[in-house]
Amino acid sequence: MYTSWTCPLPGGGTSDEIALTFDQGRKHRLLVIPALFDEANKMRRHTVEVMRRLDLSGVDSFLPDLAGWNDSLAPLRNQTLEGWRAGIAAAIAEFQPSHVLTIRAGALLAPDGLPGWRHAPTGGKQALRAMLRARTIAAKEAGREETMEALQALGRSEGITLAGWQLGADMFAALESATPPENEMQAEIAQSLLGGGGLWLRAEPDEDPEQADAMAAIIAIALLGGDA
Amino acid sequence: MSGLAPSRGEIDTTLRAILCDVLGLDPDDVAEFDGDTGLFGHLPELDSMAVAGLLTEMEDRLDILIEDDDVDGEMLETYGGLLAFAEAKVVEG
Repeated sequence: MYTSWTCPLPGGGTSDEIALTFDQGRKHRLLVIPALFDEANKMRRHTVEVMRRLDLSGVDSFLPDLAGWNDSLAPLRNQTLEGWRAGIAAAIAEFQPSHVLTIRAGALLAPDGLPGWRHAPTGGKQALRAMLRARTIAAKEAGREETMEALQALGRSEGITLAGWQLGADMFAALESATPPENEMQAEIAQSLLGGGGLWLRAEPDEDPEQADAMAAIIAIALLGGDA
Repeated sequence: MSGLAPSRGEIDTTLRAILCDVLGLDPDDVAEFDGDTGLFGHLPELDSMAVAGLLTEMEDRLDILIEDDDVDGEMLETYGGLLAFAEAKVVEG
């Protein structure tokens, strides 16, 4: 079901945000940190399909929006990577998860203290590169010449809109050097374990029930296997 | 994997697999692609974001680096153009 929660904003203040939750007060509670930007749309359905399967397996899960995501009233261009990390800390206080699952660049926001999983983690540089490239290709098609270097300079100084995502200068600069933090408690779920190609690669958002089954099974077996 | 560069056949196979993943097409349909099969401008799914994803995936799986200046309409217009580009990049190393 959908609930609202209070997400902190950079520089103080808060924003009411939506969270999708499957909460029956069960023992295992999974915080889900989704893919970011362009990949967020492509991975949304897969992410929620995994949560539905975990619910049927007896695992609670929580997918909170942070400021600037989805229906948020907070403008994306005002958000920072640090602010989102603070948002995840607040979400942990709110939903009291026992484990975390990150998808793709969501791994950049992985909290230190929770065990769990990272699906095909990727860095901020890679996330930016695909979006910068989309912009240079679109510009070329439109007969304008935009170079990667000029766009990067603009991103760092003033912020930039890439593939429709309005990134502030702080966000852009932070993404350029952000890599998923090392954490031995969080196991990687490589795409090769799920069968089929990564859904974030798809030109159009898509789903694959078999991939969702595989991912939910990996998590459910690890969580519930120890309870038997 | 040995340290040798992939053969032409391997590049072809890899490129078709990437197109399957990006376009969500059945491998049997992509196997039918020939040198003249139209890509960018012909397949509605292949917009600029999809092309960006395609190029990034080619870099990863073929172990090549694609510069901005390399990307032009010709290389993306047909499957044959894209394959020739990939082969040239692999040779370049």
